[in-house]
Order: sequence, then C-alpha cells, then structure tokens
Amino acid sequence: MADHDHDHDHKDGHGHGSELSDTDLRVRALETILTEKGYIDPAALDAIVEAYETKIGPRNGAVVVAKAWTDPTFRQALLKDATAAVASLGHMSRVGDHLVAVENTPQRHNMIVCTLCSCYPWEVLGLPPVWYKSAPYRSRAVKDPRGVLADFGVTLPKDTEIRVWDSTAETRFLVLPMRPPGTDGWSEERLADLVTRDSMIGTGLALAPGKVAT
Amino acid sequence: MNGVHDMGGMDGFGKVEAEPNEPPFHERWEGRVLAMVRAMGYAGAWHIDDSRFAQETLPPNVYLAVSYYQRWMLAMEKNLAKRGLVTADEMKAGHAVGSPKPLPHKLTLDVVKAGMARNSFYRQQQGPALFKPGDRVRTRNINPQGHTRLPRYVRDKVGTVELVHGCHAYPDAVASGRGDDPQWLYTVVFDGRTIWGADADPTLKVSIDAFEPYLERA
Repeated sequence: MADHDHDHDHKDGHGHGSELSDTDLRVRALETILTEKGYIDPAALDAIVEAYETKIGPRNGAVVVAKAWTDPTFRQALLKDATAAVASLGHMSRVGDHLVAVENTPQRHNMIVCTLCSCYPWEVLGLPPVWYKSAPYRSRAVKDPRGVLADFGVTLPKDTEIRVWDSTAETRFLVLPMRPPGTDGWSEERLADLVTRDSMIGTGLALAPGKVAT
Repeated sequence: MNGVHDMGGMDGFGKVEAEPNEPPFHERWEGRVLAMVRAMGYAGAWHIDDSRFAQETLPPNVYLAVSYYQRWMLAMEKNLAKRGLVTADEMKAGHAVGSPKPLPHKLTLDVVKAGMARNSFYRQQQGPALFKPGDRVRTRNINPQGHTRLPRYVRDKVGTVELVHGCHAYPDAVASGRGDDPQWLYTVVFDGRTIWGADADPTLKVSIDAFEPYLERA
C-alpha cells in the first residue's frame, strides 16, 4: 500500500499523462546538477538502466536452479558456497562475496525477506518486485509466513518447517526450490522455464510441468 | 534507531499484493534514481549504510507515504546536502552553481560493469570469532539512536548460531562515520515461539544475520 498503489491519483510518481510529474522534474534537475558538477556520466546511467531492463532478471537464477536440479555435483557446490558456484557458470556479473543458497525439502520451506529495507540478490533475480519492498511483506513475513504464502495462493503441509531468513547484513539468499515431479529427463533449459522468481524468494513453488509458459 | 523502517512483526499493513508481469521500473525517473545512487556509491561519495540511514531518518509519515524510489531520491538528496556535494542554491536553481567537491572515483561507461558489481564486505579479522555453529546466544537489548541492523523484534532473544560468515564491515560503525570496525557475522536462528510467544506457528523458525556486538553468550 505505502510503496505503490494504482488506486488513487498521484501528482507524483505514477502519473500516466503526458505532463512530467513533480518527481520526474526533480529527478531530471538532480541529474543535471550531478552531471554539471562532474560527479556522474549520464551514459553510464543509461547503461545501468538498460542492464536492469534487458539483462539482469530472474532467468539468471532460474538457470542456476535448473543446473542444481540436474547436476548433483553442482548442487552440492551451490549449497556449500553459492558465490563460487554461481561464479563458475560465468554467465552473469559477479554476485559479490556473500551469496547463500538454501534448499527446500519436503521437511523445510525457506522464505527470504528484508524487514529493514530491501536487500535482495539482484544479480540472480533482477530488481526486487514492489511487493518485496512493501510494508505488508516486510512486516508479516517473519511473523505470519503462512498467511503471506496464502496471499500468493500457496498452502504447505501443516508440519512443514517454515524457515524465514531476514537479510539483515550483506549476505544474500537464494532459495533452491524443489524440482517438480514429472520432469525426469528434462533438459536444463526446459527446467529453467519452471523456475519462477517467487519460487526463488520462497513465496512460490516451481511450476508443475503443465504450467510452462509457451 | 527504532524507526518505522524496522517493520518486522508490525500488524495492520494488509495483504501482500503482487503485480502480474511487473516491469523493472514503473516510471523513467525510477531507473535514473537507481542509477544515480549506484554511480554516487561507486564514486565513493557515501556508503550503502549511509543511504539506508538517510531513509530511516526520513519522518515516519513521509517514509510510509512515498514510493520506494522516492525514498531513494529523498535519501540521496540528504546525503548530497550533508556532504556539501550539492548546495541548497543548486537544488533551487536546478543547475550547478559552485565548484564540485573532489570524489575518489567516477562511474563512466568504460567501468560501468565494475560499478554494477556488488561490493565485497569482507574485512581483515581483528581477532578470533567468539561463537561457533551450535552455540546458544542472546541478542542484546540495544536501542541506539544511530543506524543498526539488529531489528527490534529479535532483541533480547535466545537463539542458536548456525552459520559463520567471516568478518564484515560493521554497519552501525560505518553509518556513524567510525569506519569499517570489522566484526564477525553470524546467521542466528530463533524458534518462532521465542519471538512471538506460545501462540506462534510451531513450525516457524526465523533467522537474522547478526554482527558479533549484537550477541552475548546465553
């Protein structure tokens, strides 16, 4: 609610008309000042925005998960040191030094939150969705995770342990969801299509084979 | 500080509402704000915990009312003003007026990949770790005015050390201008009932990443 809401009119931020919003004007002014002062290079800004719009997204993480499902050696390496394991794939930008992969099992379901701000493993998942940064998720995930899961349409067995990881430092967490049944012999690429962003945050499960987006 | 940003366990914010097919940015300016903050971070203008603290010290009603990237913008403006990197006159004029302050680096197109890579927060250890996996620890009951990464909901609670992450820059020190002051970092796990009482979901376990000064032996 606080972070984003399409139900009411905004002068700022979410205006859909042709006029620039107050916030847009203010941000343009800031960029002008910082550029004129020589602190920033607008071309570098363009490149950052473009990277997040076109290159850095949850497909990165889905590839990692699919590989862990098919390659037991990689799965072990990922769970032991996710930073090194992801770096060994060499297909994405360095994930810093502090990535931890946590594995869902029939006994335990993992969920990731940052109650204090918005910490998120953006190299493997892209930018966090608005809901991840919103007050409802940040407040409830650590107290009522099953209620949060219900908001996502997910119900887990009553005796499954729910483990919530609050990202309070520079450590970043990636959930390794359970591989859906009925996917024996699938290629990594096909499996990656089943790995949703939410399944790697822990607010969803990997898709069943019939649900693949075509 | 015990600010409104410290949301763990608060009630009344309602359901989590996911937006189908959400784009990376909803407005052009959001991407510009994110990229400017990254560029200023790369330039060495301030640390990530300075950005966090600048958001935390926004008035609570503002923090809750504005959008996520508006918070980033407001925090960036505070950090620019605080360090004299942009003056009030310049903000008013919308143009540079005075001369710039020197910064250690500049994020240009040729180094943009480096500027987007996550920093390492590992630091040289100052001594042996006090705790090891399996140790029972109690989080301290601290309520500092400054920046801290120990959430309110998990203070003065007994948990178990699960992971040791090495020595990291200590946010509480960094955001107070006291340098990195490296500290051991642990994942500490708590039973849900320890935090929320007997009525809590018995299957719930919650962990935080806790710097050693947040902990004492239980």
